[in-house]
Amino acid sequence: MNLDFAQLVPSIPYILYGVWVTLQFVAVSLVLGFLWGTVLSLFKIGKITILRWFADAYTSIFRGTPLILQMLLIYYAIPQLTGVDIGAFTAGVLTFALNSAAYISEIIRAGINAVDKGQKEAAMALGVPYRTMMLKIILPQAFKNILPALMNEFITLTKESAIVSVIGALDIMRRAQIVGASNYRFFEPLLLAGLVYYLLVMLLTLAGRVLERRLAKSD
Amino acid sequence: MIDVNSLKKRFGSNEVLKGITTKINKGEVIAVIGPSGSGKSTFLRCLNLLEKHDEGSIKIEGSDIRSMEVHLRKKVGMVFQHFNLFPHLTVLENVTFAPQQVLKVGKKEAEKDALELLSAVGLSDKADSYPSNLSGGQKQRVAIARALAMKPEVMLFDEPTSALDPEMVKEVLQVMKNLVKTGMTMVIVTHEMGFAKEVSDRVLFMDDGRLVEDQDPAIFFENPRTERAKAFLEKVL
Ligand SMILES: Nc1ncnc2c1ncn2[C@@H]1O[C@H](COP(=O)(O)OP(=O)(O)OP(=O)(O)O)[C@@H](O)[C@H]1O
Ligand SMILES: [Mg+2]
Repeated sequence: MNLDFAQLVPSIPYILYGVWVTLQFVAVSLVLGFLWGTVLSLFKIGKITILRWFADAYTSIFRGTPLILQMLLIYYAIPQLTGVDIGAFTAGVLTFALNSAAYISEIIRAGINAVDKGQKEAAMALGVPYRTMMLKIILPQAFKNILPALMNEFITLTKESAIVSVIGALDIMRRAQIVGASNYRFFEPLLLAGLVYYLLVMLLTLAGRVLERRLAKSD
Repeated sequence: MIDVNSLKKRFGSNEVLKGITTKINKGEVIAVIGPSGSGKSTFLRCLNLLEKHDEGSIKIEGSDIRSMEVHLRKKVGMVFQHFNLFPHLTVLENVTFAPQQVLKVGKKEAEKDALELLSAVGLSDKADSYPSNLSGGQKQRVAIARALAMKPEVMLFDEPTSALDPEMVKEVLQVMKNLVKTGMTMVIVTHEMGFAKEVSDRVLFMDDGRLVEDQDPAIFFENPRTERAKAFLEKVL
């Protein structure tokens, strides 16, 4: 085995810049996915049959098909249908947001159901309207319960985000491949990419634990 | 003020209220007692639409409660066995939440009212605490203050002391006694027979979804008319 990291050194900053791209990508996807997921979860627990049906079907489809397929569809279909070239980054963010919304809506739905039923009754007995009750009483409590699960989703997203390299977004993964191709040596840059992903995930896990402990303290 | 007529409620095929008819007058204190599963909570919950009845009617001051959902909630306050305080809000925020959100009272005014109510239940010093830092008795007193903040005309209590350690029962009953003195109309589901006897104007004894006795407490506790009430009292006294 002959590993040669010396050749990799000049390209390290280039690959590391991908961390920023990946994080940006994941953060935007997560925020959008979270907002959309919240809306979907409200559809799921709501009384309007059509919305409930829509949200369930939506979740089922996004969970039942490969992520990479969804991404390629969005990347190629949108320009084809609308004539607008949205670019790899946007297509990736859109896919991840739509996809994680399906998972997040399930997490939030479970979180809402886990909130003591007495909370809803107390709010109702006080005449609090449904919307206010959801926004100010139920959701704040649900979000606290689901933080660990959300953190998990964040981590999964970070790892899975590597597939945007397929459509050419310049994330960690793609950069490692480019460096590999230009040096005719793939092992070293991929190893570096693996290390970077691992450190990112560990960092997020740690941050999640700290956040959880903080919240637990306020109990 | 509240007129209940042939009230029936089913959960699936299980008929839980089998035709309840009674009247609650303004300023009256009603104790609702009866064995577990007899439908006491369901009856109470029907009074403020937490459960929708299937047959019969409930009228408050002449209007059917089903036509006045939000308005009804403003008139009728409820205190639960398990307090149901909002854990992510401070005691003060718990009390000011509904007046601000529902009655659109300004923050300053809502807080002033809330502090008065908290002082009336002996908890002025806990205004900034979170519910998790309170004892059960304190929580229930906050819950009473929270319901009173909506300035209701009727207060419903569903076993307000059943989840409390014995040493905390008294402080909550004391707060309720003070409330009786203000002339509040109250419907209280309770297993505290001494308390029921002392404060109530009427006892409703329920068994198996029916109102078996509607009686003056002195008479009910000394000399119940029905066998079922006798058997129940023998068990609990
Ligand atoms: N949401 C519900 N769904 C189905 N059945 C219910 C529901 N709530 C109550 N019941 C049933 O209705 C009957 C009466 O219940 P309820 O809670 O009114 O009794 P209770 O007199 O308050 O009893 P306890 O003293 O134990 O509180 C019980 O058989 C109970 O199982
Ligand atoms: Mg009950």
